[in-house]
Amino acid sequence: MLQTLPTEAALADAPPKPILQLVGVRKTFGSFAAVENIDLDVREGEFLTIVGPSGSGKTTLLRMLAGMDTPSEGNITLHGELINDVPPNKRPTCLVFQSLALFPHKSVGENIAFPLKVKGVDAAARKARALELMRIVRLPESYHDKNVMKCSGGERQRVALARALAYDPEVLFFDEPLSAIDYKLKKTLEKELKDLHRETGKTFIYITHSLEEAMVMSDRIGVMRAGRLVQVGTPEEIYGAPVDRFVCEFVGEVNTIRVKRGPDGLWSGVDVPGSFKVAPPQDGAALDEAFVVVRPEFMRFLGPGESADNRLEGTVYNEYSLGSRIQYQVRVEAKGGEKVMLVELSRARALPPGADPHVTLGWDAADAFTLES
Amino acid sequence: MADIALTHAPETAAELRHARMLSAGARCALPVAILLGIGFAAPLVAILGYAFATPRSFDVFRSFTLENFATLFNPSNTVWLSFLWSCGFALSTVAILAVVAYPIAYGLNVVFGRAAPLISVLFVFPLFVSENVRLYGWVLFYIKNGVLDGTLKWLGLAGGPEVLFTPGITLFGMVYTYLPFMLFPMTLGLALVPRDLVDAARDLGAGRLLIWREIELPLAMPGILIGMLLTFVLAIGATAEAKILGGQSIIVISHDIEIAFTYSQNWPLGSALAVVVTAFIGGLTLFALSKLDLDRMLGRR
Repeated sequence: MLQTLPTEAALADAPPKPILQLVGVRKTFGSFAAVENIDLDVREGEFLTIVGPSGSGKTTLLRMLAGMDTPSEGNITLHGELINDVPPNKRPTCLVFQSLALFPHKSVGENIAFPLKVKGVDAAARKARALELMRIVRLPESYHDKNVMKCSGGERQRVALARALAYDPEVLFFDEPLSAIDYKLKKTLEKELKDLHRETGKTFIYITHSLEEAMVMSDRIGVMRAGRLVQVGTPEEIYGAPVDRFVCEFVGEVNTIRVKRGPDGLWSGVDVPGSFKVAPPQDGAALDEAFVVVRPEFMRFLGPGESADNRLEGTVYNEYSLGSRIQYQVRVEAKGGEKVMLVELSRARALPPGADPHVTLGWDAADAFTLES
Repeated sequence: MADIALTHAPETAAELRHARMLSAGARCALPVAILLGIGFAAPLVAILGYAFATPRSFDVFRSFTLENFATLFNPSNTVWLSFLWSCGFALSTVAILAVVAYPIAYGLNVVFGRAAPLISVLFVFPLFVSENVRLYGWVLFYIKNGVLDGTLKWLGLAGGPEVLFTPGITLFGMVYTYLPFMLFPMTLGLALVPRDLVDAARDLGAGRLLIWREIELPLAMPGILIGMLLTFVLAIGATAEAKILGGQSIIVISHDIEIAFTYSQNWPLGSALAVVVTAFIGGLTLFALSKLDLDRMLGRR
């Protein structure tokens, strides 16, 4: 789906020159390293999301990129120029704060026009540009003189965004600006932000702990853990080919089966009895021990006469509604007891009420992958 | 008639009982209200009574005359000069304090870090010593052959400047005395400025001066204005600095009131003067407070 977007196609053809480059960037506070040895090329015009649990160092990384902190080691270059010690007001970058940091004593228009006032633009031109930006972020013109603290949460987001755009930065940073917004509005704003990214063609670097947000908006996602960048890739790569169990489990729920190489060359289950087929390239051909990983949505229930590359017998004991989808918890026989496998089906393919709880789970070799144990 | 009286009887009784029973809030406020009535309002009422009493008498509430006010506003009376001096001292004190206290308040919030509480205590510390004692300390410091003059002479230098008993040293005394009253509201005001906003303004290209003018100063303004109001009201009623450091070379307005009550034994005249000054300062304060819309300044409205 994402591959069809023009930005993605352009990225795939010829990776544009990196606009922002991080080489061996480290940030320590006393003996604690908040950010550890980060190498990253940010491509011009891309929407890059850094995602990770709280305390993984993503905000510290962002503050260094915005110029509010300086790296303890390593280099940050913008268009090939070293910017480690360039203060934020001298960088062509702009940060949308988690708190939004709107000026409470100024109106919506004054907030948006603030960067223009700094540049010495005259009042009439400031107002014209502010109104233009308000149109872009879908704020009604009548809001120009409204006190910014009287605006709703979503409106404040738009003001903060318009203010950042008024600065006309080359790179825009976002520090979890949508974290305090209710679900429905968040979905709308995510789409608007994505549209805005396409319309402006600017480089967006977005920070969040919500993978869902990252998946919806990003061209590429970087996953951070304990100060390190664990994996950088397109949403498909992160989801379909995570480099380790942390990324794999961070990205969504998974079924994992511990396996070792059997005498027949196939993967043989350590905890769950049986042999399991995994299709190349992620079949772990070089490994002797591994985890076979299958996402719940690639699992299905096999009816009589249906076949799959892999099968397991089990008993459904719980089901959860996920809205348009249903998740089943299935107990399967395992060494020393039982193991729970997750199956996610669309409502159309749900088990009928009162169906036999004894089921056969099936999945194809191409839908599974292995991870080093 | 009888019917009406019967049907109304229980209601009236309930109303009566209700009227006798004060609400919980009113009952809780009663002790404070009584204390304020006796300790705060009573002297003011007495002063007001005296202001309209026969001059040089103690016929309070038994005579009524405007003679005292006529005396005050008589062009030959020079009390207005004292009033001007008081206003001048108070305005200068506020202006100097605003400039002196701002950097300290900024430092307490942003620069001093963990030393800030200790530095705050150092500024509070002088308040533990009586104001008169501290002012006499300054006299000993500046007096001829005192600490400054004596030390300089001992070092073989020309000796200290003769500043004691001048209007300048009076102003110095006022600035010294009222510094904490400007500093702490100002520090609180500056603490109200979220660091995020300063970071954001900087990120949007603003330099230090612009951030100060556009963000820090307006957002700290409630605290600064309260500090200014407080020090102005305190300074306009100050007497000790002019008496002790100024050596009575200048008579300030509250000193005039004191003279009327003591040496002159003219309580009605002193009361009238007190009423005029109180009305002026009170009016000015209320006017300032009505203009000073804290909610609007903080962007809550």
